[in-house]
Amino acid sequence: MNRRSVIKLAGATALTAPFGFRNARAQDATIKIGVVGPRTGVMASGGAVTHWPNFKLWESEINAKGGLKLKAGQKKVELIEYDDRSQPGETIKAVERLAAQDKVDFIMPVYGTGYNLAAAPVYAKYGYPQVTQAAVTDQMDALTQRYPKLFFVQGSTTSFASSAANVMKKLKDEGKIGNKVAIVNVADAFGIELANAGRPIFQQAGFDIVYDKSYPLGTQDLSPVMRAAKAANPDAFVAWSYPPDTFGLAEQAKIEGLNVKAYYSAVAVAFPAFRGKFGASSENILGAGGIQDGPAIRDYYKRHKEVTGVDADYWGSPLYYSFLQILTQAFEGVGSMDRDAITEYMKKNIFKTIIGDADIRSQKLTRYWTVGQWQDGFFHAVNGVGFTDYKPVRLKTGWA
Amino acid sequence: MDVLIIGLLLGGTYALMAMGLQLQYGVARIMNLASGETLVCGAFGAVWFFTAYKMSPLWALIGVVPAAFAANWAIYRFMILPLVKRAKNQGQLEVDSILATFGLSFMAIGILLAMFGGEFLTYSYLATSFQIFGQPYALNRIVAFLCALFLCVALYVWLHHTRAGLTLRAVSVNPSAAGLVSINVARTSALAFALGGAVSASGGALLSMFLTFDASLGVIFTLKALVIVIMGGVGDIRGAIVASFILGLTETAVATYIDPGLTLASAYILFIVILLVRPEGLFGRRPS
Repeated sequence: MNRRSVIKLAGATALTAPFGFRNARAQDATIKIGVVGPRTGVMASGGAVTHWPNFKLWESEINAKGGLKLKAGQKKVELIEYDDRSQPGETIKAVERLAAQDKVDFIMPVYGTGYNLAAAPVYAKYGYPQVTQAAVTDQMDALTQRYPKLFFVQGSTTSFASSAANVMKKLKDEGKIGNKVAIVNVADAFGIELANAGRPIFQQAGFDIVYDKSYPLGTQDLSPVMRAAKAANPDAFVAWSYPPDTFGLAEQAKIEGLNVKAYYSAVAVAFPAFRGKFGASSENILGAGGIQDGPAIRDYYKRHKEVTGVDADYWGSPLYYSFLQILTQAFEGVGSMDRDAITEYMKKNIFKTIIGDADIRSQKLTRYWTVGQWQDGFFHAVNGVGFTDYKPVRLKTGWA
Repeated sequence: MDVLIIGLLLGGTYALMAMGLQLQYGVARIMNLASGETLVCGAFGAVWFFTAYKMSPLWALIGVVPAAFAANWAIYRFMILPLVKRAKNQGQLEVDSILATFGLSFMAIGILLAMFGGEFLTYSYLATSFQIFGQPYALNRIVAFLCALFLCVALYVWLHHTRAGLTLRAVSVNPSAAGLVSINVARTSALAFALGGAVSASGGALLSMFLTFDASLGVIFTLKALVIVIMGGVGDIRGAIVASFILGLTETAVATYIDPGLTLASAYILFIVILLVRPEGLFGRRPS
């Protein structure tokens, strides 16, 4: 063989090595848990806050206790992680690899609605339960019928939009704000769905929609949008937005001095980075998510930061940790990694978690928070589904 | 009136993204698909200086610019130069450099990820209102615009009124003929590449004042820069500058008077129209 083909062969081997070779381990020494998610690509920033750190925290806590207490003895967990590069095709391939090649004992959910839905057939084919958090869709009923092992630890799209509209409606009915609302949305699947779900609710509630436009994802300059919204003289501002534009719109609103008493922006208001960037100006801003304060929650945030170095968010992170608590109790309750038994266990029990009692017996979480507000540096839940008391909503008084 | 000002501010933003790629492609003839990553590196450098040392991004440029220059020089010298030497013609060099810099961009993303993690990095600097003709504008955007203007003018003057700039332009017109008049083409191309990288990185540092960055966003900036460079015409810095401002004004006008949802569509329609009417770009030279 001449030199060129030797180099080609070596190169090809080097490329396939990560997939072909796994360190030989004693077969039953650890429980292998597969995790697929975005390390790179458009979803990576969200995954870095909500997805990856929670699994790291869970793994370190379980192994610090000595491992999962199963009937065969106490076994430590080992995470096998793959980067799906924010491409659904890669997500499917990675889940398939975990199931067929690595033959893991359990596969954690992936990150993102489209990604979870794309991978659902693969989970179902190999009989792995799929306990998703980062999947917001209105199709939960149809999907849980089709996939008996698919669980949603999250609310529906419509519930998020209607909760936001209801918060605004309540303020209007109490006479705290006027009836003019400016609505903008990012022209991406989630933004469009929220906008379409929210618009009729605002109209029926008696609001006058004075500005209603969308903008492309990744728009660098949102000042024309904010300026036009301001010129329409709204009493409330609603943005069905994604992370880069959530930050951009809020900054523009601050610069323009948008004088509304209620300001809502959908995704990423619940991120610590939002508070970090805007500081006192973030006070009384509403967003998707929210959590009820309590000692268990505060302890979770502390441990999350200590173990992973990342500040958890106020929407997905606590829900992720809750389903990890559910899974731990299910694994230990069943006493083995039998996937059918674990599924049945989750359909028959209510679990104690940091968000209180978590009921996913119908494959859908029965209680969740939908709207949060930054009050005194904590993103409190001010509305939700299935709970009875929430923190009262405060009015926004300028951009300090 | 304020559409004009917002459009100019946006044009300044785009000019910061595109001028670096213009130098690298126009002079060094390297289609650097990692230019967006260079920009993100510059932005991350500024974020780091701001969050760790409370240093303004304008001061951070003192660190970012030489580092980017040196890194891009090294990339040209060790990765690109072998491709240049073995390329039999311009077309082959372009293909090789596209593939090589594409791979480089993935490497850069991986390194940034390992160093900074995947989350959003953003900070608030000069996010205050500045009144022009009675309307509020973001002070940080105005500062970025002024820096972009300074950079545009400085680069133009340097390229067109100094001997070193003349050397660069000679290489961009005809590399083999430039070699015949005792211009060290390899060294000049390396200089152009490194300078382009430094400009991209400083653009990133300035943009970080008001844009939110994460490790994977480079490709968006590469794409925009590419559109501007091709639209403006390869080989003349004025092309990138003029195209940036035209694009900024068009997008702002469309967002204000028609629909913000059509900004991307209008940008690409403009791109197509210009290429149909003048395929070599606004300031490009028609191949003889």
